[in-house]
Amino acid sequence: MRAADLITAIVLALLGLLVLVDALRLGIGWGTDGPRSGFFPFWLAVILLCCCLAIVGQTLRRTSRVPFVTREALAPVLKMLVPATAFVVVTQVVGLYVASALYMAVYMRWIGRHSWLSVIVLGVGFPVVTFIVFERWFLVPMPKGPLETWLGY
Amino acid sequence: MGFENLLLGFQIALAPYNLFIAVVGITLGTIIGVLPGLGGANGVAILLPLTFSMPPTSAIILLTSLYWGALFGGAITSILFNIPGEPWSVATTFDGYPMARQGQGGQALTAAFTSSFVGALFSVVLITLFAPLLAEIALKFGPPEFFAIQLLTFSSFIGLGGGNPVKSMISILIGFILAAVGLDIVTGALRLTFGFTELMKGFDFIVAVIGLFGIGEILLTMEEGLSFRSVPARMNPRVVWETWKILPRYYRTFLRGSFIGFWMGFKPGGATPASFMSYAFAKRFARHPERFGKGDIEGVIAPETAAHAAGGAALLPMITLGIPGSPTAAVMLGGLIIWGLQPGPMLFKEKPDFVWGLIASMYTGNVIGVLMVLAFVPLFAAILRVPFGILTPLIVCICAVGAYSVHNSMIDIWYMLLFGVVGYVFKKLDYPLAPLVLALVLGDLAENALRQSLIMSQGSLAIFVTRPIAGAITAVAVFFFALPAIGAFRRRRRGRPAAAGAVSDRA
Repeated sequence: MRAADLITAIVLALLGLLVLVDALRLGIGWGTDGPRSGFFPFWLAVILLCCCLAIVGQTLRRTSRVPFVTREALAPVLKMLVPATAFVVVTQVVGLYVASALYMAVYMRWIGRHSWLSVIVLGVGFPVVTFIVFERWFLVPMPKGPLETWLGY
Repeated sequence: MGFENLLLGFQIALAPYNLFIAVVGITLGTIIGVLPGLGGANGVAILLPLTFSMPPTSAIILLTSLYWGALFGGAITSILFNIPGEPWSVATTFDGYPMARQGQGGQALTAAFTSSFVGALFSVVLITLFAPLLAEIALKFGPPEFFAIQLLTFSSFIGLGGGNPVKSMISILIGFILAAVGLDIVTGALRLTFGFTELMKGFDFIVAVIGLFGIGEILLTMEEGLSFRSVPARMNPRVVWETWKILPRYYRTFLRGSFIGFWMGFKPGGATPASFMSYAFAKRFARHPERFGKGDIEGVIAPETAAHAAGGAALLPMITLGIPGSPTAAVMLGGLIIWGLQPGPMLFKEKPDFVWGLIASMYTGNVIGVLMVLAFVPLFAAILRVPFGILTPLIVCICAVGAYSVHNSMIDIWYMLLFGVVGYVFKKLDYPLAPLVLALVLGDLAENALRQSLIMSQGSLAIFVTRPIAGAITAVAVFFFALPAIGAFRRRRRGRPAAAGAVSDRA
């Protein structure tokens, strides 16, 4: 937990520095019509850096043997995160409908070990229902790919 | 004057279409409240794009009904599964789950729903009475007053939120920084984009809500490896009736809970401390305090009443000042802007039908809500028996659909994933997420209020102290900011070690 706390504080402090640099570029003082664009971000960054320093201080004074995440707990987290990331990558290529069908099917079969019947019903059902509700009823378009183009949408 | 307006509101809220919308909202809301990874805030966020084509009043009725439903849904999982769906349901598990294990699940659920109803109704009545007055006062507010209120909003997270005040502060700052990314509408300068055109439009808080609360929550649930095992509960009209007969005995608990809830709730982050406070008070004044924690019905009534009174009260600053009191209210506020309404006190003058329709729908929504959850508890509880292998991909897909539809942009789905990981890490390290979301929503408003105030005063910060209303609000805000330091000082004088990791606000 200590290491994770320290790393997070350092990453946030780096973010603060980034904001600070950008604020200085924009100007932190008084322009012709009031405070310049960098004024507000500058002070945010300054306070953020102070807070990160305080967290580092607090963490160093504390002793903790609890790990951020145990090896056993990491596995299920990755099992969720990796397919989800793959789903987003696939969505980029073939659109959301096909990607969600594939993702649902793969996840249900691989991790959930469900029967092929429920895999097919939900894998096809979800995109179809989404299509009807969003694209048809509420006219909210979803990302589409070659399949939808081929079907004429 | 208020009465006619309320009557007008009821005419709108009781229109068949709006009643239908309310039923749909409550149903979806309760499902969302029961499901892990989908809370009120991101349920509202995901459905927001569907409301773009609706009339604004129906749209807000859908979203508030969803909110009430999610509040009711949280009680079901707390009592039957010992899993608090929302942080303010934690105190409900103390006595609700033991009751369910003793075969009194039906009584516990009835008590919880009824208390929720009473608490929410109490807040709605107070909103009806005070909202027009508050809006009237707020009409006279200038930029310094609005900035002072923003200060108060964020200071209450630090002073009252519990947990580590430095981490709350960091959350707030990150939210403000994310809000600053993109085009500065005042000067036309590009901020924090570093030459990436994708960053120009900034980060949408709806996407942040879906990622932080949706994806982040699932990651956390996966890690904890929760398995849902329900305690059976018998729910029938007789159980409900028998419970209702004994409930009036606890009128003091109801009243106390409602007051605590409303008082805590109109300040941000108030629902969770309110529920714990109400529980503690009920225990202190109870005739048999030793029964608490073992299945005392009063231990269910107290936190539920307060949590829902707070949930209702969170909507008061949203409609009167345009400043949301909770992440869910923040998402609704975002909706208002998208529907072309200007949130804030002018709404009462310009769109009375919208405001009063909304207020009236809070009454109808709660009445419909309590009847529906009482009637369909077994159905809602059955949702949690859907295996995780199906729920997880389903929730991820729904989140992705919601994130994409906000701006029809693919990059938002990536942001959602990113915010999910951030949410997971932040929650594990006890960084509160609610202040981050609120800061992201209010960022531009706060900055503009600050800028305009400084222009008025030629750059002097004294303007926040010298104007009477702004000064008073600023003083309270400063007190809240200093509260953790004062607490630490007093503990040190009494020679007690600092309480580590108080109740973390996971809302």
